[in-house]
Amino acid sequence: MSMFLYIAVMAGVTYLIRMIPFTLFRKKIKSRFIQSVLYYIPYAVLSAMTFPAIFYSTDNTVTAVVGTVIAIILAYFKLPLTVVAISACAAAFITGLII
Amino acid sequence: MQKPFIKGLSHGIPICLGYFSVSFGFGILAVKSGLQAIDAILISLTNLTSAGQAAGVGIIAAAGTLIEMAATQFVINLRYSLMGLTLSQKLSDKFTTIHRLIASFGITDEIFAVAVSQKEKLVPTYMYGLILISASGWVGGTAAGAIAGLALPASLTAAMGIMLYGMFIAIIIPAARSCKKDLIVICLAAAFSAVFKYLLPMVSFGFAIIISALLAAVIGAILFPINVAETEGEEE
Repeated sequence: MSMFLYIAVMAGVTYLIRMIPFTLFRKKIKSRFIQSVLYYIPYAVLSAMTFPAIFYSTDNTVTAVVGTVIAIILAYFKLPLTVVAISACAAAFITGLII
Repeated sequence: MQKPFIKGLSHGIPICLGYFSVSFGFGILAVKSGLQAIDAILISLTNLTSAGQAAGVGIIAAAGTLIEMAATQFVINLRYSLMGLTLSQKLSDKFTTIHRLIASFGITDEIFAVAVSQKEKLVPTYMYGLILISASGWVGGTAAGAIAGLALPASLTAAMGIMLYGMFIAIIIPAARSCKKDLIVICLAAAFSAVFKYLLPMVSFGFAIIISALLAAVIGAILFPINVAETEGEEE
């Protein structure tokens, strides 16, 4: 199978999945239930993606847990995204050097 | 007032850094799986998605069929449809069909998360700034990983794996702090996701995320329906 065909199929399917609802859906949703679901979806998606995957994100559960705790503390005090992300990475890295 | 394009670029900096580290790993994985560096870069440029690309490289390495490739991408990436639908409710009138066709290419978990948390309606130039810087991190990281990845110390590349999740935490924790309903939905989604991971490992990553998030959001919508007038006020 040619590499070009594989990449074309991957890219094509992925694009259509993104494009169709975003481009074709024009109505304002009126239902209070649907609006509520859409309001909660972003937080629910991010939370489901983060937990428990974050604990396996650094090859070592201990460094990942330390990074997670640091991220949660800094996020609780509403620090910017970049600061939280880099601090979590630094905390995991430093913990890895110590243990 | 900041120009929307510049604002998009600056909001995308953490995504760019996070993507660089994650796609660095993808570049290494692709080359290890027998792909040329240029193929890996082309995949990142045309797909812009982590889990789908990793699965795609696995299928290429195993010489799988195109049907298998299409079905796998469909399941893993189906969540983007849900995100596109949610974002479609936040677009300003400047988002004509052509802008929608272009910007939809850049709907990823992280770009979605940042875009949907904006108070004001989304304009095309903001989305283009956000997508451009994020995609350059993604493609640049892939190139660096594919070409030079094996040279970095493993302890550093391992720690970089947490960056994107750190960014997600920076988005959900402030919401959970200021609103109990959001906190409950966030905890429910994490709990469902853990159930899939530990008790139902046969369910693929993409499906597990979709089902966990939908269940948590539907329970949230039934228990605590939002005040519609309130959110319309927020969007203005």
